[in-house]
Amino acid sequence: MALLQISEPGKSQDPHKKSYYIGIDLGTTNSLVAVMQNSSPVVLKDGFNKELFPSIVTYRENSIEVGENKSNNESIVFRSIKRFIGKNLEDLKKEHFYSPCDYFEENNIVKFKVFEKLITPIEITSEILKHLKNISHETLAGEIAGCVITVPAYFDDAQRQATKDAAALSGLKVLRLLNEPTAAAIAYGLQSKKISKVMVYDLGGGTFDVSILDLNDGIFKVLSTGGDSSLGGDDFDNILADHIEQLCNLNLNVESRHRLYLYVKEIKKSLSDNNVVSLNLSKIGLKNKDISITQKDFNLLINDLVKKTLKISKNVLHDAKLEIDEIDEIILVGGSTRTPYIKQMIESYFNKKPLSNINPDNVVAIGASIQADILSGESDEELLLLDVIPLSLGVETMGDLVEVIIPRNSTIPTSSSKEYTTFKDGQNAMSIHVVQGERDLVSDCRSLARFTVKDIPAMLAGSARVNLEFQIDADGILSVSAKETSTNKVTKVEVKPSFGITDAEIEKMLKDSFDNAKEDIAIRNLNESIVEGKRVILSINSALSIDGKDLLSNSEYQEICNARDKLESTFDSNNRDIVIKAIKNLENISEEYVSRRMNSSIEKIMKGKDIKEYN
Amino acid sequence: MAITITETAATRVKTFLNNRGSGVGLRVGVKTTGCSGMAYIIEFADNIDKEDTVFEEKGIKIIVDPKCLLYLDGTELDFTKEGLNEGFKFINPNEKARCGCGESFSV
Repeated sequence: MALLQISEPGKSQDPHKKSYYIGIDLGTTNSLVAVMQNSSPVVLKDGFNKELFPSIVTYRENSIEVGENKSNNESIVFRSIKRFIGKNLEDLKKEHFYSPCDYFEENNIVKFKVFEKLITPIEITSEILKHLKNISHETLAGEIAGCVITVPAYFDDAQRQATKDAAALSGLKVLRLLNEPTAAAIAYGLQSKKISKVMVYDLGGGTFDVSILDLNDGIFKVLSTGGDSSLGGDDFDNILADHIEQLCNLNLNVESRHRLYLYVKEIKKSLSDNNVVSLNLSKIGLKNKDISITQKDFNLLINDLVKKTLKISKNVLHDAKLEIDEIDEIILVGGSTRTPYIKQMIESYFNKKPLSNINPDNVVAIGASIQADILSGESDEELLLLDVIPLSLGVETMGDLVEVIIPRNSTIPTSSSKEYTTFKDGQNAMSIHVVQGERDLVSDCRSLARFTVKDIPAMLAGSARVNLEFQIDADGILSVSAKETSTNKVTKVEVKPSFGITDAEIEKMLKDSFDNAKEDIAIRNLNESIVEGKRVILSINSALSIDGKDLLSNSEYQEICNARDKLESTFDSNNRDIVIKAIKNLENISEEYVSRRMNSSIEKIMKGKDIKEYN
Repeated sequence: MAITITETAATRVKTFLNNRGSGVGLRVGVKTTGCSGMAYIIEFADNIDKEDTVFEEKGIKIIVDPKCLLYLDGTELDFTKEGLNEGFKFINPNEKARCGCGESFSV
């Protein structure tokens, strides 16, 4: 019979409807998958009782295999593909990428030539995800309804989108992409704290990342990130292997060296629990020598690298404009942080005991599974709001001005709408220009999209109603829809708000908005009065053309025209007061005309009708 | 009338309750659904109702309402592993038939 898991009270799933929401830590070296079961997170194991699945994809003539590749013949092996997802050829060159096969760029996407087929990093990544999905499916004996995938905090929109594409290709529904440091913080339950600043120190096999998170009432903001993409536990292994090679006077060929390298990993592990480990070189087919390594030896060997990570962490802290004593928690992530010396050094450097009671290999996957459970609605916990938009989103209005629809630092997902109307009589289309930025003038902001709402029925200026709705989903993808309310016709466009904007650019845009706040207000006021002036001129012109000649004497008509022309001439004055004065002047002069128009139209309506009709 | 639990299952339940941090015991029951009539329910219990029957077994409170108990009397709760999948299993002498996949049963 089917095996059951304990559910939360009243949340038992119906038979044949078992579905699971998994959390995936898609790592550079290894990937993991976790799920909430019996109200606790569990890291899933494959048939070999392994939790860490190497992120290695091997292509053979007729098959694809994920995991440690066993034979070298006739195969093309991709390792660390995560470093290349969502990047173009130029980026790859900067990474000193070693490709196992020929590759080129097409439409800004890198393609590898694998056995006469063209394969993108997205497809290679999707193979890893497919593998994780299969393991979950087998282990849970149920449908995988959705997943949360973690990505580095520094991933830009292109990399995030590429990760989502890879998931879609593997048949996984992504509930949300989650920043890796945020996932680690969730695993430690920090989201329930009101306010705190968290440092996540992530030392993996081949990469080192530090992030500073600002946690405020369930909202995680990434304050700064940094790291070294070619520093990790593998470097410790190499140093230790070099040391042993020297110490024992070995001269190894490539194969023996590789065996030593694997053996060194074991030594490193036992050095975490023991003070001294004696070498047993016969284990790797070498002549045994009476040599042992102490923890102290090892600490000395890795000292420089550890210090380097601390220096990077300090810089990242500095970027976040924080002092050491302002950090409330430090979280250790990545297998290499098991090394006692690293824990000690962090503790003494930051004067704080780091959190490390959750297995540092699993902590990110665990956080992802908790988040997946929350998003699936299975959990009683409230939906977490995890991210904020870095810059305001708005539309261009008359006069080159920006009207903000979603202000910056709004938590996402979010939506907001505003109603707009036509500026001219009979206007039957409206151009919508979506911009991002903090400045008041459109020309100082970043243009994201333009589209036109067509088929607005001809009406008087100000009568048509167009409802503009901004919606940002949890992944930061913005969609804007415009609905003309009398016809209910909807025009829609999708944009990625932060695409291509770097953190530095965001910072500059913010700074500009503060520095130029005064000028911005002045320009906004001026432009607003010019728009108002133009509107007055438009309505005067349209009125004059209808009944100006009938209701006004020649001199009156001329007077109004003069005032109108005078107003028009003030638009170039760059002086708001002059514009406003000219508007007032025109309004005063045409006051009598307006009241005559009123009387005449009332007369028209009432003429020939019985007084009783108006009682 | 009784419901029992194996040592393995009891250990698991204890661990899960501990991890959860709250709960008075384990509620078992049946609900009428599924392709062969009924399905088992196994949930954490946050409270015990007046009419509930409670069996204290190997340090675990097994809570069941009297109506469900009619279907579950004599059942032993076990925890097993089948392939990669592990979980709880109801060994119920009242069970007469089961749907092909074993997710629902009838008495």
